[in-house]
Amino acid sequence: MSILTGMSVVLAAGMIVAALVAISPQRSIAISIIASGAVSLFASVMFLLLAAPDVAMTEAAIGSGLTTFLFFFVLGRVRGGGDD
Amino acid sequence: MIKRAIAFALLAGLGLVFLALWQGFEPDPSLNRSALYYAENTVTDTGAANIVAAVIVTYRGLDTLGEVTVLFLTAAIVAMVLRGGLADSGPRPGRWPTGELLHTGSRLLVPLIALFGAYVFLNGHLTPGGGFQGGAIIASAMLLMLLTDPARNFSHRLIATTESVSGLAYVAIGLAGMALAGGFLDNRILPMGEFGSILSAGAIPLIYALIGLKVGAEFSSILLSLSEREK
Amino acid sequence: MVYLALATGFALILLGLYGAITRRNLLRLIVGFTVADTGTHLVMVSVGYLPGRTAPILGAAVPPEVAALRIIDPVPQALVLTAIVIGLGVTALMLAYAWRIYATRGTLDISRLRQLKW
Repeated sequence: MSILTGMSVVLAAGMIVAALVAISPQRSIAISIIASGAVSLFASVMFLLLAAPDVAMTEAAIGSGLTTFLFFFVLGRVRGGGDD
Repeated sequence: MIKRAIAFALLAGLGLVFLALWQGFEPDPSLNRSALYYAENTVTDTGAANIVAAVIVTYRGLDTLGEVTVLFLTAAIVAMVLRGGLADSGPRPGRWPTGELLHTGSRLLVPLIALFGAYVFLNGHLTPGGGFQGGAIIASAMLLMLLTDPARNFSHRLIATTESVSGLAYVAIGLAGMALAGGFLDNRILPMGEFGSILSAGAIPLIYALIGLKVGAEFSSILLSLSEREK
Repeated sequence: MVYLALATGFALILLGLYGAITRRNLLRLIVGFTVADTGTHLVMVSVGYLPGRTAPILGAAVPPEVAALRIIDPVPQALVLTAIVIGLGVTALMLAYAWRIYATRGTLDISRLRQLKW
């Protein structure tokens, strides 16, 4: 049980840090997008620890995979107007 | 700055609500009544080993039909909003050719990823996974092809046909459930089979395969319409 | 562990909403929304978790006869699965409209879109 607790502490810390990076205005938008994908990836491992393998698969495939690429496709389209 | 103060006040209020919720939270010692019903009766009712799949496909099948309809609407609206966009202002950088490595790798990987997606949705009633996960995996195979060769012309007609045929078949199975079994989307129109084997759980594998194809086609269409540059 | 997951979920919701409220670039705003989205998923899955139990998948490890004592609540998981898929749809819609706004107005800065402002 303690190793699970340790893993969840690490994952929670990773999620918070990645979320802070994702909403930080100093970083470029590409880094924000990748950080929000990382939040999803950490969350999907957390779902596995919370005994929800179905949700973990969905979050990994959709939340961190497809969503990130949707953002990048749009970012590629608005090149030049993307930055604040 | 007053706007920022208002934002902080709003979030602080929400944070207080969350704090109260967090402090009052106590994990249940045992399952609640609906979960208990699912735990005890899923095998006799549906024959599925994955209770989440049984809940999604059978117990709450109508919600899932609504969900794939919402996805279909989303794909349609995205395609409609993005069609006929104005040209990019400013010079467009040319497409960089993708490397030999990516080409060869994607020729190897795309069939494997698609096969894995099919495996995931066909085994959805036994193992973690199912139509939505499988559909997303198939869409990522499609995404890899898109990244390898952005100029390739994908057949919109094929995607649209897959989407509508699987959607129609899904509704048809639901109606067959009304005629042959207990109600709309009842999975007992097919024999239940032996618990734990792949051809079991009545129509659940069939329905999940249709959901997988439909979701995969919808995600692919969303990806395509967002990635295609206006000609 | 479940308290930690719940707290992380709430923190992600707050962080994501903060980002969505204070940023002016539409893409950053949408990134904030997806972070908050992940937070809500985490909260919902944590609420369905029962300590010391396992995933709601029957088989050799969890025979159907003892399932009621061994598995966690499957309903929040089914709900979150739906929510993730719909979340992608919502994000795709927001991105499509953001690009449309960029194509017609030439900017993604919401403070420069004043047509509906009073």
